[in-house]
Amino acid sequence: MPIRIFVPLDSAARAVGADETAAAIQQEAARRGEPVELVRNGSRGMFWLEPLVEVQTGAARIAYGPVGAGDVASLFDAGFLHGGAHELAQGPTEELPYLRDQQRLTFARVGVIAPLSLAEYQAQHGYAGLRRALTLPPEAIVDEVSAAGLRGRGGAAFPTGIKWRTVAQAEADQKYILCNADEGDSGTFSDRMVMEGDPFMLLEGMTIAAIAVGATRGYIYVRSEYPQALAILREAATLAARAGLLGDDILGSGRSFHLEVRQAAGSYVCGEETAMMESLEGKRGIVRAKPPLPALSGLYGKPSVVNNVISLASVPRILANGATAYAAHGSGRSRGTLPIQLGGNIRRGGLVERAFGVTLRELLYDYGGGSASGRPIRAVQVGGPLGAYLTEAQFDLPLDYEAFAAADAVLGHGGVVVFDDTVDMLQQARHAMAFCAAESCGKCTPCRIGSTRGVELIDQLRAGEATAAPRLRELCAIMRKASMCAMGGMTPYPVLSALDHFPEDFATGACPAVAQGEAR
Amino acid sequence: MEPVLNTQNTQESVAIDRILENHCQQAGALLPILHAIQDAFGHIPDSAVARIAGALNQSCAEIHGVISFYQHFRSEPAARHTVHVCQAEACQARGGRELTAHAERVLGCKLHEHSPDRAFGLEAVHCLGLCASGPAIQLDDRQHARVDPARLDQLLHQAREA
Repeated sequence: MPIRIFVPLDSAARAVGADETAAAIQQEAARRGEPVELVRNGSRGMFWLEPLVEVQTGAARIAYGPVGAGDVASLFDAGFLHGGAHELAQGPTEELPYLRDQQRLTFARVGVIAPLSLAEYQAQHGYAGLRRALTLPPEAIVDEVSAAGLRGRGGAAFPTGIKWRTVAQAEADQKYILCNADEGDSGTFSDRMVMEGDPFMLLEGMTIAAIAVGATRGYIYVRSEYPQALAILREAATLAARAGLLGDDILGSGRSFHLEVRQAAGSYVCGEETAMMESLEGKRGIVRAKPPLPALSGLYGKPSVVNNVISLASVPRILANGATAYAAHGSGRSRGTLPIQLGGNIRRGGLVERAFGVTLRELLYDYGGGSASGRPIRAVQVGGPLGAYLTEAQFDLPLDYEAFAAADAVLGHGGVVVFDDTVDMLQQARHAMAFCAAESCGKCTPCRIGSTRGVELIDQLRAGEATAAPRLRELCAIMRKASMCAMGGMTPYPVLSALDHFPEDFATGACPAVAQGEAR
Repeated sequence: MEPVLNTQNTQESVAIDRILENHCQQAGALLPILHAIQDAFGHIPDSAVARIAGALNQSCAEIHGVISFYQHFRSEPAARHTVHVCQAEACQARGGRELTAHAERVLGCKLHEHSPDRAFGLEAVHCLGLCASGPAIQLDDRQHARVDPARLDQLLHQAREA
């Protein structure tokens, strides 16, 4: 029996040389006459160890990392095919504290299975949720998702069950399931990891949604910066259709669901649901006025479920194991788990799936191990480029939608970006406004013009004009209240939080270097 | 329609017609069409705009509006190689701004420009999803993480030699 060796194909592993490592392992095995079976899995989400090579020895998988191509010969010398000792040996993967101390529900299979193996997916409870859903009346599927307390993981945290019920009750000749996979928030990569590491889970979740609301067509809108996710999803959709899990008469049920994977084209605002629908219709990604709600008048004016990748990927497990098991996790009105993404200046960056309620301090120090630079952590931005900057004094905040809202912050998509004490918070605030100016769809004035005025006001602050501060606050209040969508409405979060929590960086003469080199 | 002048134009127009034909039954076909054309030619030639407009029964202004709205689409040919340097917060926290400044220095151009010899185009990207391993870049079709200035020099050198 050849020994199974796992080398991730995740983009973050390939970006640090996983392909070269995999090739070196195959060459070295061939040279030594050792029979090995090389499996390209998703990533376990421990990115400081990538490329993370695992060897199947009996029941356990033994981890080695980070393994560069140049380390491979010495690993063979050390007998790593049988779990031999080596300076890169990390021990059994599942026992690594970072992974062991998580509650991996949505990410249970990511990094474990070969992403495009339908057999492995089904052997690990895949399609159990869909099979159960097909035995239930559609209302009961919606009830199950409602009872689980699932809320939109894309950032808005709207109850998924309510959205589905609205679409289910709408009368229409055509309804759509739209998966928003335009994960444009910097500091987030959980959607990408699911699409690259466990694509059938997303397809299954969408199929369950389709059956629950009576939709027969669906789209996954994938950002163009994720070429591998796009390719894997397309292949997975072809395989699922061939196996009777997509298309007409799914598993002999008489139900149909046709899915198309669409490539976005590099516009951040298309992550806003109405702009995404415009883009799917072949137009510029201009935000639509709401109401009407997409649930009643969405794609081509038809009732549409619009959910984020993680929301939909959470559904198969809820259906397979029941709502109670899922809702048993969490805190307050935030039920279940959140895949948190630790990035930026952090020693152990990666994917941490935990029930809601975990604190930032646990994430930053217990999981993350502090900053990568070894310097003190000064600021943490949670929830993407439109999320607030938090300071040390707020590190005991539990990750919970309501707790964050009460602190004038947002959990968003669960991205946590860490900065050490060399960060210039005025420059970060300026970046937030400059980003909004570059990505605004241009439909509403507060966002389109406010963002440009915001950059100018921050430049005036840097130049020592103290009167710019109250004008910046006034501008932020207008953007927050009068913008059509979160692009202009939330840009004030990073700006005001920087101003409020790090006033010293905005004081006259705080930093002599004028911020420059910002993108556009 | 402009008259076809030479074989290259003929080949181009045949390829565009084939793409339009492949997508004519698709709902909301414009983005898939633009991707297919850019994948085939490296950019969206001006000559394609009127053909797309005709096939979709839209105006040239509408097609142009879509092409210019999305950062991914380009109307001009790209440089031989394209370097995208991530400008987002997680990479900023790991020296992304310094890496960008280094790239501008060694390539002799600013972001959204190309090097004087047209060997490299330098572009900004806002997040490649490699946020735990920054700073990150994409060089042509390959993404690279944990890129410091020395590593960038090495990658640029390899691309130049290839």
